[in-house]
Amino acid sequence: MTRKQKRLSLILGGLAVIGLAAGLVLYALSDTITFFHTPSDLTETGVKVGQRIRLGGMVEQGSVRKGPGTVTSFGVTDTLKTVTVSYDGILPDLFREGQGVVTEGKLQQDGSFVADTVLAKHDENYMPRELANSLKEKGVKLGKGAEEGAMQ
Amino acid sequence: MISVAEVGHFALILAVGVALYQFIVPLVGAQRGDVAAMRAGISAAILQLVLIAIAFAALTHAYVTSDFSVLNVVENSHSAKPLLYKISGVWGNHEGSMVLWVLILALYGAAVALFGQNLPLELRARVLAIQGSIGLAFLLFIVMTSNPFIRVDPPPIEGNGLNPILQDPALAFHPPFLYAGYVGLSIAFAFAVAALIEGRVDAAWARWVRPWTLVAWMFLTIGIAMGSWWAYYELGWGGWWFWDPVENASFMPWLVATALIHSAIVVEKRNALKIWTVLLSILAFSLSLMGTFLVRSGVLTSVHAFAVDPERGSFILMILCLFIGGSLSLFAWRAPQLKAGGLFAPVSREGSLVVNNLLLCVSCLAVFVGTLYPLALETLTGEKISVGAPYFDLTFGPIILPLLLLVPVGAFLAWKRGDIGLAMKRLAWALVLALIVGAIVFALNVRGPWLAPVGMAIAAWLVFGAIADLAAKVALFKVPLATSWHRLTGLPRSAIGTAVAHAGLGVLVAGVIAISLWRIEVIVALKPGESAAVGKYTVTFTGEAPLVGPNYTGKVGSFTLKEADRELATLRSEKRNFKPSGMPTTEVGLYQTWHGDVYVVMGDETTGGARAMRMYYNPFVNFIWFGATIMFAGGLLSLSDRRYRVGAPKRAATAQAVPAE
Repeated sequence: MTRKQKRLSLILGGLAVIGLAAGLVLYALSDTITFFHTPSDLTETGVKVGQRIRLGGMVEQGSVRKGPGTVTSFGVTDTLKTVTVSYDGILPDLFREGQGVVTEGKLQQDGSFVADTVLAKHDENYMPRELANSLKEKGVKLGKGAEEGAMQ
Repeated sequence: MISVAEVGHFALILAVGVALYQFIVPLVGAQRGDVAAMRAGISAAILQLVLIAIAFAALTHAYVTSDFSVLNVVENSHSAKPLLYKISGVWGNHEGSMVLWVLILALYGAAVALFGQNLPLELRARVLAIQGSIGLAFLLFIVMTSNPFIRVDPPPIEGNGLNPILQDPALAFHPPFLYAGYVGLSIAFAFAVAALIEGRVDAAWARWVRPWTLVAWMFLTIGIAMGSWWAYYELGWGGWWFWDPVENASFMPWLVATALIHSAIVVEKRNALKIWTVLLSILAFSLSLMGTFLVRSGVLTSVHAFAVDPERGSFILMILCLFIGGSLSLFAWRAPQLKAGGLFAPVSREGSLVVNNLLLCVSCLAVFVGTLYPLALETLTGEKISVGAPYFDLTFGPIILPLLLLVPVGAFLAWKRGDIGLAMKRLAWALVLALIVGAIVFALNVRGPWLAPVGMAIAAWLVFGAIADLAAKVALFKVPLATSWHRLTGLPRSAIGTAVAHAGLGVLVAGVIAISLWRIEVIVALKPGESAAVGKYTVTFTGEAPLVGPNYTGKVGSFTLKEADRELATLRSEKRNFKPSGMPTTEVGLYQTWHGDVYVVMGDETTGGARAMRMYYNPFVNFIWFGATIMFAGGLLSLSDRRYRVGAPKRAATAQAVPAE
């Protein structure tokens, strides 16, 4: 091969790899990402039953029920609407009533939500940023901590 | 008497002036050929280190003595904290961690100044000037937006304490190591920019850049491993890697730095890939800067996002644009002047290293897209999404897999023109052994996922391939053993280091495959006296007791661990409530063996006096960190190679024709 041919084959090989990788990335993006919703836009945006999403809001006061076994159920609310979430597993240390939470799982036929992941990485002053923004858009008045968005 | 904190503050402000001097004077000196001005960079770099060290020591002093007249100490420390966490609290917050950042930068700068006697004066002056400019940007950032020496009057009696999950020995040292890696890449960056200004890249340049990149790569490796180890046992989720944006922010520079230490070999040995290597040096440090931006600006939600302050975010973004944009423009302008070097066939050592670079960079790109896509989408459309592990498994996995297959082959290809057939012949026994490992795994794991035998065979292929590499170099079993041993001791350390690092990668891959495919997870509600089976182990919850620590109270649950009827250990999992924030954390009960861990987490109370428990058997999980440590050791061996000793090579010695190997 001449110098030019060698260089060309190298470049073509590289482009082929990049092309394949780009295809893979696009496919993965269309297939694996999860959208974030609040309880009230769950109905508005028409999330399908069984579609994997993230649901965020505040844990409703007095809504946490333990059992049976390791299952916990609780209401996730954005003060306009509430969705009942059930989760089988251990809740994060910072999970508490009246505080922000993000759950990941699937919407059920009866309008409840079964989560396989519960995230609550916050202290008393913190609300997940996605959530604070969503609630602000909906005109929900937030506490001091959420406005400041102070994180741990 | 002047307080220690004020001395630190003063030193920090002086350092800004010195950084400005270090940036301007040697750079102008190098342009004009003014020897005195070029030499000025050396003393400036050393003075810079002294000043920042004073500032850092003063801040540490404020933490250790709990000087609550310093706002930063009030916000992040507490007098009841153990001494280790008072010290690690210095960098457990935004301001202090930035001071640590510039301290490490100054350390590297002073190291170039002190150990770079063999560098041509002009190159050393330019490298130090670029270092100075980075220092200047970050010192200004600290002084203007993140000053750790701001005082409060009157001082409060007690501080707010450090985030309890950061109060952990592994995490105390994770930031210094990680920063040593991030910032170490600034040297490669400075060398690249200096080379662009000079318009010259040669084998000697590569020999100077390689050890610094290797040092940065080693620190990054160990820093990432420490962070992962911490996440594993402190977060209580049983996982070791979550593809969290902050983890990715450290992983991307690692991928590019790995590519860089390989491409620098090609520049050194064959005088080829020069432009590409310069570009990689710029990209590696750019990704470090981007990591700093992502982690420090608060655009990401994570434990690392200490504070959300738009002013800080935009300042770092400005630094980012200035350095990345500036260096890439310089690259576009000057790179065409760098002469293209040696020719090579697609199948050759160079060719295999090009493939290595291509796959590493493309995998980095996949991680980059997955990390930034949610941010971009939210900014552009307001839509909120999360990109999680499934994306990265689907993209990163298939891209990196061919690279793992290629690693042993590459080492057997000759420079310039290689012979795949010959390489495979020499690797035949390693391939056979790897296939045997795969077959054994397949037989033991009939109904398991297909990836298990394949993954384990690849891990074995990497380890045996590395052994085969060394065995071929010392002609094992072809000459008497004593001769082989003699040859081994005579091998360049970097050749041994390469094999060791590649074997370490194999060990790491084995750990990753094992825990991804064979982990056992049990979630169960237990009353005292009840048991649960975790694989071949039985865990019995024996009860809970109150717990009182130095700065926390809580509950401790006890468990007995049995295999068949043999009692192995008593495990304790704690739920702690930290003073003064009241923040709860969980301590994991861990039983470690060479073949895996039993991992027990005590959860909340459920109904009927039971507690929810989460238990795992994590097979071969320690291979991950053990593998990373072996890779670190491989780097260390390479670094001890006489040819790569920092500052050792002289341009004169290699300026003659590049020796063909």
